[in-house]
Amino acid sequence: MATQETSQSATFRHAFGNVLSFAVLLLIGVMAFSIRLFSVIKYESVIHEFDPYFNYRVTQVRLVFVYGIFANSFLRDQFVYPLGRVIGGTVYPGLTLTAGTLWRILNSMNIPLSVETVCVFTAPVFSAFASLATYLLTKEIKGAGAGLTAAALLAMVPSYISRSVAGSYDNEAVAIFALIFTFYLYIKTLNTGSLFYATLNAIAYFYMVCSWGGYTFIINLIPMHVLLCIVTGRYSPRLYIAYAPLSLNVVSIRMLNITFRREKAASSQASSLISEVKLGIVRVVMVVLGTLLAALVPVVGFNAVMTSEHFASFLGHAANLQMSFSNSVVFIIIHVVALVYYIKGILSPQMFKVAVTLVVSVGMVVCFAVLAVLIALVASSPTKGWSGRSLSLLDPTYASKYIPIIASVSEHQPPTWPSYFMDINVLAFLVPAGIIACFFPLSDASSFAVLYIVTSVYFSGVMVRLMLVLAPAACIMSGIALSEAFDAENFLIKAGDTTKVTQNDVKHEKSEDTIKERSSRKSKKKDKENIERPSLVSQVEKRLLVLPLETSVIAVFLLVLLGAFYVVHCVWAAAEAYSAPSIVLTSRSHDGLHVFDDFREAYAWLSHNTEVDDKVASWWDYGYQTTAMANRTVIVDNNTWNNTHIATVGTAMSSPEKAAWDIFNSLDVKYVLVVFGGLVGYPSDDINKFLWMVRIGGGVFPHIKEPDYLRDGQYRIDSQATPTMLNCLMYKLSYFRFVETDGRGFDRVRNTEIGKKHFKLTHFEEVFTTHHWMVRIYKLKSPRNRIRGKTKKSKSKSGTSTSSKRSGTRKKNPWQ
Amino acid sequence: MGRSATTKDAHALFHSLRSAYAATPNNLKIIDLYILFAVATAVIQVAYMAIVGSFPFNSFLSGVLSCVGTAVLAVSLRIQVNKDNKEFKDLPPERAFADFVLCNLVLHLVIINFLG
Repeated sequence: MATQETSQSATFRHAFGNVLSFAVLLLIGVMAFSIRLFSVIKYESVIHEFDPYFNYRVTQVRLVFVYGIFANSFLRDQFVYPLGRVIGGTVYPGLTLTAGTLWRILNSMNIPLSVETVCVFTAPVFSAFASLATYLLTKEIKGAGAGLTAAALLAMVPSYISRSVAGSYDNEAVAIFALIFTFYLYIKTLNTGSLFYATLNAIAYFYMVCSWGGYTFIINLIPMHVLLCIVTGRYSPRLYIAYAPLSLNVVSIRMLNITFRREKAASSQASSLISEVKLGIVRVVMVVLGTLLAALVPVVGFNAVMTSEHFASFLGHAANLQMSFSNSVVFIIIHVVALVYYIKGILSPQMFKVAVTLVVSVGMVVCFAVLAVLIALVASSPTKGWSGRSLSLLDPTYASKYIPIIASVSEHQPPTWPSYFMDINVLAFLVPAGIIACFFPLSDASSFAVLYIVTSVYFSGVMVRLMLVLAPAACIMSGIALSEAFDAENFLIKAGDTTKVTQNDVKHEKSEDTIKERSSRKSKKKDKENIERPSLVSQVEKRLLVLPLETSVIAVFLLVLLGAFYVVHCVWAAAEAYSAPSIVLTSRSHDGLHVFDDFREAYAWLSHNTEVDDKVASWWDYGYQTTAMANRTVIVDNNTWNNTHIATVGTAMSSPEKAAWDIFNSLDVKYVLVVFGGLVGYPSDDINKFLWMVRIGGGVFPHIKEPDYLRDGQYRIDSQATPTMLNCLMYKLSYFRFVETDGRGFDRVRNTEIGKKHFKLTHFEEVFTTHHWMVRIYKLKSPRNRIRGKTKKSKSKSGTSTSSKRSGTRKKNPWQ
Repeated sequence: MGRSATTKDAHALFHSLRSAYAATPNNLKIIDLYILFAVATAVIQVAYMAIVGSFPFNSFLSGVLSCVGTAVLAVSLRIQVNKDNKEFKDLPPERAFADFVLCNLVLHLVIINFLG
């Protein structure tokens, strides 16, 4: 009778627990969505920053022109004039395709949302999905209680919010969801050994590859984990099923990705395609064959890597090679291990020993031969076969020494210690506890979680941008830690309570019911397991009762308080720190709220007052926004990897007017756009970025020397500035007529008066300055029609006209 | 003396392997045969490529990869269907086979797309 009651109540509690967790998950999803809406409420539903504008543009064009050559040529010509940019081969299609599909679905259901709205809200929707994926992943690792906690933590973690607010239409918005989902499917395959999940895993990985460059993290982490499992003796058939089909599908998916991009690239990128395919050969051959052919083919493949210079794919071929290499090695290893286990299973132990000695002696020789050949090949390549970005991950100082473009991106700097606390807050304390909890007991899944957190902590220490990869790992670990802590406390609370009750079975159940209601809902599932053994508890708890009841209650209260602090910080971070669209700025002063909408004002002016095929030159930050909002061709944009091209623009900005005019004229530029924050105190203006212009320009054109612009090692724009600085184009374009604003020319950002106050522009004319002087647009003056008394060959100066210098001996002037 | 010991060992090993293998049930042997066939096809393709040359690359790759892929999937099927495997004893073999077919479908979809 009692057992029937227990089993009935157990199933009832089970069902109740299921409904409760479903409700909690729904609430977590809603919370994840709403916490990212601060920017929409505070400003408006607009796309933020710079990169999202490019993605938005691509989505727009793709949806209008559907697919195909025309879309590609349209997009290609607008970016990075005159080189053009192969959109098909350099853009990750996952995000744009996802948003496009969402838009199409909504439209077919007669919900007429604009493309912009769909783009703005893609990120919050996918972050809700990501919390769901975290729940599933952590459930596989530890259990449903930990899953719910981890999901709640991920919904709010500031690091993830920063890249997925409403309006931040960037790759990471979708990619983090794909990352967590792929990991979930991998762990699920590992736990169940089902080939079905292995297939789903491969498809999820394909989606991840389409979305973000961070897929390399997955493809390196999973083989590492497989190796770890093999080395620690945890090989099992499930491991084989989890890894081998994925690895093969990985190769085939990379090939599919290549075809995908090949279809979208208007111009033929055949040479890069073939070299990527050649790399694919390396792994296939290594996997299937053995020594000789493996030695033959990589010679061809490696050469293709060493001589190919343009990066058609994001990471370059060398990184692909490294991934293929590591994957193939682990693939071979797992097959060898599988074979060994199989033979061990069917042979007697003595025979097995014989087999081992035979194979080892023969195999060693072969192995060494292959290894020697391969090592020789890899060592002969200059960078040992790694690309710039991957190298900078391993050696953080590499980029600053050799590649100033990568070094100049603020996202690529190493993070400071406070940024850890800002971005993952309380989780930073809970992660070590979670790591320890993963070891009791250590399963395949929890060893994966530990490996994930360790590698992501290392990489986040190299680049601030990779804090984003750390966030899910930290949430998982903290979820596990919190859940275990709550479990322990609840167990102690229950144990503390049952000692006060007699050994009567009925009373046991009653007390457990009351205690259950008091316990946290997040450890519901674990409670059920505890309840099913009531008699054991009373005997065991006397020994385990380490803490008195009151301490446990206080501990639970303190843990809840910790969670409360976390929530408060996350909401604050989302509202204040990460919701700025950076295209619209606000500031509060004694007379209310000022809105600085200068950027859009300038782009609107450009789109209305210039010809359709006029080219605009600016520093690369504004390239995407200019193309998206002003619909004009730009010279360099946010994704230009061509160092020389950016250096050209940088040199032009650092040169005197005439030289700058020459450079811009050779690029067909009509308008120059400059961002100036001196009137309002906007700190990220072009004068503050000037040092990068000089450095990058000086890196390619040696006549730009950085010391020419420095006074006592500092860039100055006041009266102590060097003459080169005072004469360069950037200074002139920023401060032209600035003295008219307040009579003294006081720069609010640099906090000094400017050096040269009254000057005229000779080769440029100002055409537009926005309301707060934040964006200034200049037009290149066309050369004069007629020069007074000047012949082509004569070198004598006539009059003071600077146009005499314009008919330079170098450039052919069509007007003469 | 040492060499005869090793050859005797090798023979004994060979015999025991053979006898142990003969004890495997027929369905597993069929799967093993299929694996052998797939790998042999891959070897033939690579040998052909070595003789004739590797243009076009993508066709070669997709051909070899489809062979290797279905071999790997067949190995997974064998693991799941093998009655000696304690971990999979409550997985019905029909389900395992259905998963195998699904995986092959996805693999060959990708392969055919890449075939060019």
